[in-house]
Amino acid sequence: MKTRNYIKLEFPAKSCNEAFARTAVGAFAAQLDPCIDELGDIKTAVSEAVTNAIVHAYPENIGTVWIKLRILDDDTLEICVKDKGRGIENVKKAMEPLFTTGGEERCGMGFTIMDSFMDSVKVISRCGKGTSVIMRRNIRSKYESK
Amino acid sequence: MKIFSAYKDGRLTLYLQGELDHHGVKNSMELIGRLIDEFMPKECVVELSKLSFMDSSGIALILKIHRLMLLRGGKAWIENADKQPLRVIDASGIDRIIGISMNKEI
Repeated sequence: MKTRNYIKLEFPAKSCNEAFARTAVGAFAAQLDPCIDELGDIKTAVSEAVTNAIVHAYPENIGTVWIKLRILDDDTLEICVKDKGRGIENVKKAMEPLFTTGGEERCGMGFTIMDSFMDSVKVISRCGKGTSVIMRRNIRSKYESK
Repeated sequence: MKIFSAYKDGRLTLYLQGELDHHGVKNSMELIGRLIDEFMPKECVVELSKLSFMDSSGIALILKIHRLMLLRGGKAWIENADKQPLRVIDASGIDRIIGISMNKEI
Protein backbone atom coordinates (compact mmCIF):
# COMPACT_ATOMS: atom_id res chain seq x y z
CA MET A 1 0.00 0.00 0.00
CA LYS A 2 1.40 3.41 -0.99
CA THR A 3 2.01 6.06 1.66
CA ARG A 4 0.23 9.35 0.96
CA ASN A 5 1.66 11.29 3.88
CA TYR A 6 3.71 10.63 7.00
CA ILE A 7 5.26 12.25 10.07
CA LYS A 8 7.73 11.14 12.72
CA LEU A 9 7.75 12.24 16.34
CA GLU A 10 10.40 11.70 19.01
CA PHE A 11 10.10 12.59 22.69
CA PRO A 12 11.41 11.54 26.11
CA ALA A 13 9.42 8.83 27.91
CA LYS A 14 7.92 11.22 30.47
CA SER A 15 4.30 10.88 31.54
CA CYS A 16 3.71 14.59 30.88
CA ASN A 17 4.18 13.81 27.14
CA GLU A 18 1.21 11.39 26.99
CA ALA A 19 -1.26 14.22 26.25
CA PHE A 20 1.11 15.72 23.66
CA ALA A 21 1.43 12.38 21.84
CA ARG A 22 -2.31 11.73 21.48
CA THR A 23 -3.04 15.37 20.58
CA ALA A 24 -0.32 15.36 17.88
CA VAL A 25 -1.65 12.10 16.42
CA GLY A 26 -5.18 13.50 16.48
CA ALA A 27 -4.02 16.62 14.63
CA PHE A 28 -2.33 14.51 11.91
CA ALA A 29 -5.34 12.18 11.63
CA ALA A 30 -7.64 15.19 11.12
CA GLN A 31 -6.69 15.35 7.40
CA LEU A 32 -8.67 12.09 6.96
CA ASP A 33 -11.73 13.92 8.28
CA PRO A 34 -12.59 11.39 10.99
CA CYS A 35 -15.78 11.76 13.04
CA ILE A 36 -15.46 12.64 16.73
CA ASP A 37 -15.86 9.00 17.80
CA GLU A 38 -13.12 7.82 15.42
CA LEU A 39 -10.78 10.57 16.62
CA GLY A 40 -11.53 9.62 20.24
CA ASP A 41 -10.74 5.96 19.50
CA ILE A 42 -7.44 6.82 17.81
CA LYS A 43 -6.35 9.16 20.63
CA THR A 44 -7.26 6.55 23.24
CA ALA A 45 -5.28 3.78 21.49
CA VAL A 46 -2.24 6.09 21.16
CA SER A 47 -2.50 7.06 24.83
CA GLU A 48 -2.43 3.37 25.79
CA ALA A 49 0.57 2.50 23.58
CA VAL A 50 2.59 5.54 24.69
CA THR A 51 1.76 4.94 28.37
CA ASN A 52 2.93 1.32 28.03
CA ALA A 53 6.25 2.55 26.62
CA ILE A 54 6.65 5.09 29.43
CA VAL A 55 5.66 2.71 32.27
CA HIS A 56 7.07 -0.62 31.09
CA ALA A 57 9.86 -0.03 28.57
CA TYR A 58 12.00 2.23 30.70
CA PRO A 59 11.35 1.42 34.38
CA GLU A 60 14.69 2.81 35.60
CA ASN A 61 15.53 5.62 33.21
CA ILE A 62 13.89 8.04 30.83
CA GLY A 63 14.40 6.65 27.35
CA THR A 64 12.99 7.81 24.04
CA VAL A 65 9.63 7.07 22.41
CA TRP A 66 9.19 7.33 18.64
CA ILE A 67 5.89 7.60 16.80
CA LYS A 68 5.65 7.18 13.05
CA LEU A 69 2.32 7.97 11.41
CA ARG A 70 1.41 7.07 7.85
CA ILE A 71 -1.69 7.77 5.82
CA LEU A 72 -2.09 4.98 3.31
CA ASP A 73 -3.79 5.23 -0.08
CA ASP A 74 -6.99 3.56 1.13
CA ASP A 75 -7.53 6.22 3.87
CA THR A 76 -6.02 4.05 6.58
CA LEU A 77 -4.06 5.66 9.38
CA GLU A 78 -1.09 3.56 10.51
CA ILE A 79 0.46 4.37 13.89
CA CYS A 80 3.76 2.87 15.01
CA VAL A 81 4.78 3.53 18.64
CA LYS A 82 8.33 2.35 19.21
CA ASP A 83 10.72 2.22 22.15
CA LYS A 84 14.20 0.79 22.66
CA GLY A 85 13.49 -0.36 26.21
CA ARG A 86 13.57 -3.72 27.95
CA GLY A 87 11.08 -5.43 25.63
CA ILE A 88 8.24 -7.80 26.45
CA GLU A 89 9.16 -11.37 27.42
CA ASN A 90 5.79 -12.89 26.52
CA VAL A 91 3.72 -10.74 24.14
CA LYS A 92 0.74 -13.13 24.16
CA LYS A 93 0.54 -12.99 27.97
CA ALA A 94 1.03 -9.20 28.02
CA MET A 95 -1.96 -8.82 25.70
CA GLU A 96 -4.30 -10.79 27.99
CA PRO A 97 -6.94 -8.60 29.70
CA LEU A 98 -6.04 -7.60 33.29
CA PHE A 99 -2.39 -8.74 32.97
CA THR A 100 -0.09 -5.99 34.21
CA THR A 101 3.36 -5.56 35.68
CA GLY A 102 2.72 -1.84 36.21
CA GLY A 103 1.82 -0.06 39.43
CA GLU A 104 -1.63 0.62 40.83
CA GLU A 105 -2.19 3.32 38.21
CA ARG A 106 -2.37 0.59 35.52
CA CYS A 107 -5.09 -2.06 35.29
CA GLY A 108 -3.91 -4.36 32.50
CA MET A 109 -6.52 -3.16 29.99
CA GLY A 110 -4.20 -1.22 27.64
CA PHE A 111 -3.94 -3.82 24.85
CA THR A 112 -7.63 -4.70 25.23
CA ILE A 113 -8.55 -1.05 24.60
CA MET A 114 -6.13 -0.80 21.64
CA ASP A 115 -7.62 -4.00 20.19
CA SER A 116 -11.21 -2.78 20.65
CA PHE A 117 -10.62 0.67 19.18
CA MET A 118 -8.38 -0.09 16.20
CA ASP A 119 -8.85 -2.34 13.14
CA SER A 120 -5.56 -4.15 13.77
CA VAL A 121 -2.84 -4.18 16.44
CA LYS A 122 0.53 -5.87 15.94
CA VAL A 123 3.22 -6.07 18.63
CA ILE A 124 6.85 -6.81 17.79
CA SER A 125 9.15 -7.10 20.78
CA ARG A 126 12.62 -8.40 21.62
CA CYS A 127 13.92 -8.65 25.19
CA GLY A 128 16.53 -5.98 25.82
CA LYS A 129 15.97 -4.42 22.39
CA GLY A 130 12.56 -2.75 22.55
CA THR A 131 8.99 -2.91 21.37
CA SER A 132 7.00 -1.64 18.40
CA VAL A 133 3.22 -1.44 18.48
CA ILE A 134 1.73 -1.02 14.99
CA MET A 135 -1.95 -0.13 14.81
CA ARG A 136 -4.18 0.58 11.84
CA ARG A 137 -7.58 2.24 11.55
CA ASN A 138 -9.42 2.87 8.33
CA ILE A 139 -11.30 6.17 8.24
CA ARG A 140 -14.31 5.92 5.97
CA SER A 141 -15.20 9.20 4.39
CA LYS A 142 -18.43 10.72 5.64
CA TYR A 143 -19.13 11.71 2.02
CA GLU A 144 -18.50 8.27 0.50
CA SER A 145 -22.15 7.36 -0.01
CA LYS A 146 -23.09 10.71 -1.54
CA MET B 1 -6.85 16.96 35.14
CA LYS B 2 -8.64 18.74 37.98
CA ILE B 3 -10.56 17.18 40.85
CA PHE B 4 -13.22 18.99 42.83
CA SER B 5 -15.06 17.36 45.71
CA ALA B 6 -18.25 17.91 47.67
CA TYR B 7 -19.47 16.09 50.77
CA LYS B 8 -23.04 15.99 52.03
CA ASP B 9 -25.02 13.50 54.16
CA GLY B 10 -22.52 10.64 53.87
CA ARG B 11 -22.00 11.09 50.12
CA LEU B 12 -18.67 12.22 48.69
CA THR B 13 -18.89 13.42 45.09
CA LEU B 14 -15.65 13.57 43.11
CA TYR B 15 -15.89 15.80 40.03
CA LEU B 16 -13.16 14.79 37.56
CA GLN B 17 -12.53 17.41 34.89
CA GLY B 18 -10.28 17.60 31.82
CA GLU B 19 -8.23 14.63 30.57
CA LEU B 20 -7.58 11.59 32.73
CA ASP B 21 -4.51 9.59 31.71
CA HIS B 22 -1.61 7.85 33.49
CA HIS B 23 0.04 11.22 34.20
CA GLY B 24 -3.12 12.58 35.84
CA VAL B 25 -3.83 9.36 37.74
CA LYS B 26 -0.33 9.32 39.29
CA ASN B 27 -1.09 12.70 40.82
CA SER B 28 -4.72 11.97 41.81
CA MET B 29 -4.69 8.62 43.60
CA GLU B 30 -3.15 9.96 46.79
CA LEU B 31 -5.53 12.94 46.94
CA ILE B 32 -8.62 10.79 46.43
CA GLY B 33 -7.41 8.31 49.08
CA ARG B 34 -6.96 11.23 51.50
CA LEU B 35 -10.48 12.58 50.77
CA ILE B 36 -12.05 9.16 51.41
CA ASP B 37 -10.03 8.75 54.63
CA GLU B 38 -11.02 12.23 55.80
CA PHE B 39 -14.77 12.10 55.11
CA MET B 40 -15.33 8.33 55.58
CA PRO B 41 -18.32 8.50 53.20
CA LYS B 42 -20.93 5.75 52.84
CA GLU B 43 -21.26 6.56 49.14
CA CYS B 44 -18.79 7.94 46.63
CA VAL B 45 -19.96 9.35 43.31
CA VAL B 46 -17.38 9.65 40.50
CA GLU B 47 -18.89 12.47 38.42
CA LEU B 48 -17.53 12.58 34.85
CA SER B 49 -19.71 15.12 32.99
CA LYS B 50 -16.71 17.43 32.47
CA LEU B 51 -14.18 14.71 31.74
CA SER B 52 -13.36 15.04 28.03
CA PHE B 53 -10.87 12.14 27.76
CA MET B 54 -10.02 9.00 29.68
CA ASP B 55 -7.85 5.95 28.93
CA SER B 56 -7.41 2.72 30.90
CA SER B 57 -5.52 4.60 33.62
CA GLY B 58 -8.91 6.14 34.46
CA ILE B 59 -10.29 2.62 34.83
CA ALA B 60 -7.49 1.89 37.33
CA LEU B 61 -8.45 5.03 39.30
CA ILE B 62 -12.17 4.12 39.35
CA LEU B 63 -11.33 0.55 40.45
CA LYS B 64 -9.17 1.96 43.25
CA ILE B 65 -12.05 4.15 44.46
CA HIS B 66 -14.38 1.13 44.24
CA ARG B 67 -11.96 -0.99 46.34
CA LEU B 68 -11.42 1.78 48.95
CA MET B 69 -15.19 2.15 49.36
CA LEU B 70 -15.76 -1.62 49.61
CA LEU B 71 -13.07 -1.84 52.32
CA ARG B 72 -15.02 0.77 54.31
CA GLY B 73 -18.34 -0.98 53.79
CA GLY B 74 -19.56 1.67 51.35
CA LYS B 75 -20.15 1.80 47.62
CA ALA B 76 -19.10 3.88 44.64
CA TRP B 77 -20.61 4.52 41.24
CA ILE B 78 -19.96 6.53 38.09
CA GLU B 79 -22.22 9.39 37.03
CA ASN B 80 -22.69 11.25 33.74
CA ALA B 81 -19.79 9.85 31.73
CA ASP B 82 -19.45 11.53 28.34
CA LYS B 83 -19.14 9.55 25.07
CA GLN B 84 -15.40 8.88 24.95
CA PRO B 85 -14.99 7.90 28.65
CA LEU B 86 -18.12 5.76 28.31
CA ARG B 87 -16.61 3.86 25.36
CA VAL B 88 -13.51 3.09 27.48
CA ILE B 89 -15.71 2.02 30.42
CA ASP B 90 -17.72 -0.26 28.08
CA ALA B 91 -14.60 -1.80 26.51
CA SER B 92 -13.06 -2.48 29.94
CA GLY B 93 -16.15 -4.26 31.27
CA ILE B 94 -16.00 -2.53 34.68
CA ASP B 95 -19.71 -1.79 34.36
CA ARG B 96 -20.13 -5.39 35.57
CA ILE B 97 -18.73 -4.48 39.01
CA ILE B 98 -19.47 -0.77 39.44
CA GLY B 99 -22.74 1.03 38.78
CA ILE B 100 -23.14 3.68 36.08
CA SER B 101 -25.81 6.33 36.37
CA MET B 102 -26.74 8.85 33.68
CA ASN B 103 -28.64 12.02 34.47
CA LYS B 104 -28.15 13.45 31.00
CA GLU B 105 -28.58 12.26 27.44
CA ILE B 106 -25.53 11.57 25.28
